[in-house]
Amino acid sequence: MAHAAKVLLNVPDIKKDFPILHRKMRDKPLTYLDSTATAQKPQQVIDAVVDFYSRYNANVHRAIYELGEEATRAYEGARERIAEFIGAKDPMEIAFTKSTTESLNLVAYGYGLKSGRLKEGDEILGTVLEHHSNHVPWHFVRDLKGVTLKYVDVDDEGHLRMEQYDDLITKRTKIVTVAHVSNVLGTISDVKEIAKRAHEVGAVCVVDAAQSVPHMPVNVRALDCDFFAFSGHKMLGPTGIGVLYGKKEMLELTEPLLGGGEMISEVHLGSAKWNDVPYKFEGGTPNIAGVIGLGAAVDYLAKLGMPAVRQHEMELTAYALKELAAVEGLRTYGPKSVAERGGVVSFTMEKAHPHDIASILDVEGVCIRSGHHCAQPLMDRYDLAATARASFYVYNDVEDVDRLVAALQKVNEVFG
Amino acid sequence: MASGPGPYQAQILDHYKHPHNRGALEPATHTSREANPLCGDEIVLALRVDGTGRIEDARFDGEGCAISMASASLLTDALKGKTLEEAQALDRPTVLGSLGVPLSAVREQCALLPLRALQAALAPPVPAQGH
Repeated sequence: MAHAAKVLLNVPDIKKDFPILHRKMRDKPLTYLDSTATAQKPQQVIDAVVDFYSRYNANVHRAIYELGEEATRAYEGARERIAEFIGAKDPMEIAFTKSTTESLNLVAYGYGLKSGRLKEGDEILGTVLEHHSNHVPWHFVRDLKGVTLKYVDVDDEGHLRMEQYDDLITKRTKIVTVAHVSNVLGTISDVKEIAKRAHEVGAVCVVDAAQSVPHMPVNVRALDCDFFAFSGHKMLGPTGIGVLYGKKEMLELTEPLLGGGEMISEVHLGSAKWNDVPYKFEGGTPNIAGVIGLGAAVDYLAKLGMPAVRQHEMELTAYALKELAAVEGLRTYGPKSVAERGGVVSFTMEKAHPHDIASILDVEGVCIRSGHHCAQPLMDRYDLAATARASFYVYNDVEDVDRLVAALQKVNEVFG
Repeated sequence: MASGPGPYQAQILDHYKHPHNRGALEPATHTSREANPLCGDEIVLALRVDGTGRIEDARFDGEGCAISMASASLLTDALKGKTLEEAQALDRPTVLGSLGVPLSAVREQCALLPLRALQAALAPPVPAQGH
């Protein structure tokens, strides 16, 4: 067995931080292999949220009293640490939303529809491996703006066909969008190269980073992307908090999605002026506890060290791919080299439907996902209705993979 | 056939591995195609109703999980010989009860896909939402 992964991350110690992992499922140890859907939360994050509500709950930004000052300091302090975590130049380049989905919709609306930068006949270039949340907002832009949507294909192993950018990026291309890591195949996209190609024709590069920020070191300045969207709950933070990073000048061009309090500098009957970036995007009372919890999650990950997190997941993925290959009738999808993929493994079995695989694993206390993973165009590309998917994070180890494999043997027994 | 864990009781596995009434129905008087939005599975249901309003034959086709396929197999068995009124009266509890196994809320959607296909086959068409 490949125990080397434990050298990098002390998984037994990490597991102790996650109260839910002490739970038994159906009298069996909980084997949680669905972090791509949502990650579990360490006590440190839970405590940060409880501490806010217990000790200094107040609305942010305009309170004169000390409690409000404390809440604002914690909220803005989290913004600073999140900015640093992804290598942003300025915390003011971080806008809080409720999810990656909202962040991408904000770009589609505020930049795609309202910035005046796109006109009829222009083009938006995506890829076939996107999550639905990076497809549908662009459909809206097409419907309302008369732009054309184009897509880069993947090869049979799941790599983006980079050579297609040569033809598909044209003078009319205004937005190039891509998932940093595929939530189905694990494919890591060459965002730096794609952003460079976009900039050559004056287009902006929009990145769905929901599956990269939680799992690997990222630096938005090195990638040189213009917009970068991710979620708190996939990176040990609370649900209901998302982030949109944008280069300052791009956020200036982007119009707000929500009108209301906080997002204005002045309002008159029938008119208003927007507040500064990023506050013009944060209309309404924000998810203060969510931001503070995400700050604690970032602290937790930074302490582990993102290079170590990435290395750990690569080793675990390599081990899983090897062990899964030995299960009769099982086929995995995505890049063969773990250097080219994140810690997510989609698979199908000859004799059992993905839903049935997941149900039998559930009886064994093993949580995996099954279905189209909100990526139907990608499933169509491979002529699949559904796959089963196991994904790994900091609290998983080889024992989890071994329990997965043992449960998959049971699937073959039932459907043999 | 031996029973498996959870919902994989012998009856379900038997209907999955040896489905009844699977394949095309020619000619058919009522057809529908329904998809399960959670997994993308699709089922086609076809009925042939005779001049007196009785279901002469019922068949289904599609690829799906053991629960949806077993449910379709059982439902098409049950439909044969029923009047349209009797078919319209089939409801969730009846279909779930015929499977006779415990199902989580998500897996109930698998079990109910054939019933949704039946309701679509019997209902007047409605325009699709979306773009």
